[in-house]
Amino acid sequence: MKAMDAKLDEVALLNLLRQGDEMTFTQLVEQHHASLVRLARLFVHDDAVAEELAQETWLAVLQGLDHFEGRSSLKTWIFTILTNKAKTRSQRENRSFVFSDLDNSAATPTVNSDRFKDSFAERWANHWRADAEPASWESIPEEIILADETFNLIRQTIDQLPENQQAVITLRDIEEISSQEICNILGISETNQRVLLHRARARVRQTLEDYLQLEF
Amino acid sequence: MEEEMTCKELVELVTEYLEGTLPADTRTKMENHLSGCDGCTNYLEQMRQTIQLTGQLREESLTPQQREDLLYLFSDWRKG
Repeated sequence: MKAMDAKLDEVALLNLLRQGDEMTFTQLVEQHHASLVRLARLFVHDDAVAEELAQETWLAVLQGLDHFEGRSSLKTWIFTILTNKAKTRSQRENRSFVFSDLDNSAATPTVNSDRFKDSFAERWANHWRADAEPASWESIPEEIILADETFNLIRQTIDQLPENQQAVITLRDIEEISSQEICNILGISETNQRVLLHRARARVRQTLEDYLQLEF
Repeated sequence: MEEEMTCKELVELVTEYLEGTLPADTRTKMENHLSGCDGCTNYLEQMRQTIQLTGQLREESLTPQQREDLLYLFSDWRKG
């Protein structure tokens, strides 16, 4: 039912856009423009060019509205246009940035091995060491978890991730696009997408854990 | 008897678990482990909260210049 509602909302939204409703366009732009610029920047490494690509994307969206058949969601369509433009541009500028390249870290653990008993321990080898077990965040007051500082920290952590991880976590967890659609948008395999997502999320979790630890 | 999953193994499967892409037998092993392990239960819950918080991240709003550029682009398109 919820999916159905979303579909209806999207049809209504598309109609308003086709009719040239400025308010609808403004809302859409407020929602996605910053992510588009951010994603474009991963390909072209230049703020002005990234901004230009995002603007070109909006124009292409408006010009393509009549041909948009709704086989993907509007959001996915918008991000697909952006990445296609960004890829073309980065190739033209000879900056071949390949999303499918997994760095060597792909096989390394996402949680520090020191936190587990070593593999030779007689009992509970590779289980959490008692003094390094993750704690529940339940007792931490909500105003601390939801403070601006927490979100700034998440933002900073994401900005420092390898670019392919940044792209995947932005699309999956911020824009909430499905994994399958992300594979199509970025042109990567599902396995690859999951590894990148896992590493990105694990890093953000670790940063939050270190930060919230101070609250105990 | 089949070997049980260790905590070290479990933490690397959390994303596949949450994305619903784990094979059924691995999923069962993981759930068996979780039912007896506070550390991993907390780890999984922290990961869920991390995803949820990341989803609440709001992008900075548009600068006046960006807004102006985009509205100009829009009205230009509308004029056809």
